[in-house]
Amino acid sequence: MIPPSFEYHRPTDVAGALAVLAEHGDDARVLAGGHSLIPMMKLRMADVPHLIDLQDVAALKGIEIAGDQITIGAMTTQHELIASDALHAAAPIIREAALQIADPQVRYMGTIGGNVANGDPGNDMPGLMQCLDARFTLEGADGTRTVAARSFYEAAYMTDRDDEEILTHISFAAPRGGYAYEKQKRKIGDYATAACAALIEREGDKVASASVAMTNLSDIPVFSEAAAAALAGSACDDAAVKAAVAAALEDIDPTEDNRGPVEFKMHVAGIIISRAIQRAWSRA
Amino acid sequence: MTKQIVEMMVNGETREVMVEPRELLIYVLREQLRLTGPHVGCETSHCGACTVEINGKSVKSCTMFAVQAQGAEITTIEGLGSPDGLHVLQESFKEHHGLQCGYCTPGMITRAHRLLQENPNPTEEEVRFGMAGNICRCTGYQNIVKSILAAAAEINSASEAAQ
Ligand SMILES: Cc1cc2nc3c(=O)[nH]c(=O)nc-3n(C[C@H](O)[C@H](O)[C@H](O)COP(=O)(O)OP(=O)(O)OC[C@H]3O[C@@H](n4cnc5c(N)ncnc54)[C@H](O)[C@@H]3O)c2cc1C
Ligand code: FES
Ligand code: FES
Repeated sequence: MIPPSFEYHRPTDVAGALAVLAEHGDDARVLAGGHSLIPMMKLRMADVPHLIDLQDVAALKGIEIAGDQITIGAMTTQHELIASDALHAAAPIIREAALQIADPQVRYMGTIGGNVANGDPGNDMPGLMQCLDARFTLEGADGTRTVAARSFYEAAYMTDRDDEEILTHISFAAPRGGYAYEKQKRKIGDYATAACAALIEREGDKVASASVAMTNLSDIPVFSEAAAAALAGSACDDAAVKAAVAAALEDIDPTEDNRGPVEFKMHVAGIIISRAIQRAWSRA
Repeated sequence: MTKQIVEMMVNGETREVMVEPRELLIYVLREQLRLTGPHVGCETSHCGACTVEINGKSVKSCTMFAVQAQGAEITTIEGLGSPDGLHVLQESFKEHHGLQCGYCTPGMITRAHRLLQENPNPTEEEVRFGMAGNICRCTGYQNIVKSILAAAAEINSASEAAQ
């Protein structure tokens, strides 16, 4: 499994990478950790005549926490997200989700930027980013713009990112309250059969606000406003959780594949969503 | 496509190879540098038989182009021990029947080595979680886990004795 020939570029700054993208357009793609792109190139499902390795672009790395604002460079690896105690203190849901991605070897290489830019519905970070209401910063020839994660995904492998733009960083406000990322997979290291991210803020014994989003249950990650609305103001009791799950299931559209038929996925999704909500509430 | 020179530090020695950008690191290690310890099990990023250590990370070398390793420090199983001087992990795998056919073993040991660098005193559960990227078709994992825990205990008691 050897991909077709390509030219290898290794710029040291964003401008250098953008210049190669501008010159070769569609024929060029950036390489982050390579753990989605290289398998696709080996299968010859991705043809990349010009590969732009971002590993030397220092500006794309690192985690910054300023007050309640968290900014993560696109080239920060899953391993680095997990290892950061400061990030864990500010947004523990990140470590919880990142530990459920793939296996240790993949997590050393795979980056948060690659995971969210890829557009594969199986990737876990996009669902989490919906839940956190994160913003993605993109840089292109015409400058920099910011897109809400909730409006970034268009269809499988189709995002709002222009071919000639680079995702430079991801930012979000530190979540408050309880959190959970629940994932059902066939075996360790697998993509989700169903996964759900939940955040719940408590006020007294009521839910002040909630956020619920799902992974691999549609051709894009799904944020369920209706599920959040069903929880808000409730005591997060059985009836409220049931209503939220029913609302979330209305918002997804799984397809049959080697992880099972639609009916099975709806069943698994119901359980996973309910567990995520209950665990987030127990920590709120 | 024209070849280019890649220089990397492999098992403590500077090595130079001429490669096409599309050449995967595993094949360059095996075929050009004759380091046949890392194996090709699946070639699809799943089994971990090709695991080597690159700049302090365990990496599946079938999922990396050799050009990406320009300037990198790489350790393969050959850099951990030799037939005359087995590494503690190699000794422990031998002692505790941590292998049967041995195909997965170089990847297992290279990965376990990194795991113990990061967590010198792991629980059984941490060993299992930390070794999740390596698949073995023979042993049922029981003795692999035992070998790694025993090696950790041995390394720790040796370093305590040295203090
Ligand atoms: C065995 C295995 C199991 C896996 N299991 C999971 C799993 O359970 N959950 C999960 O979420 N993922 C899983 N993955 C995927 C893994 O997490 C990838 O590493 C991740 O999806 C992509 O990150 P990357 O840094 O490797 O990106 P790459 O593979 O380098 O890039 C992916 C795509 O994003 C584009 N891209 C990358 N960075 C940027 C950027 N900064 N700006 C613009 N475009 C960019 C690339 O051009 C490419 O099209 C698995 C992978 C393997 C091999
Ligand atoms: S050969 Fe690389 S993971 Fe199996
Ligand atoms: S010992 Fe045979 S595959 Fe592990």
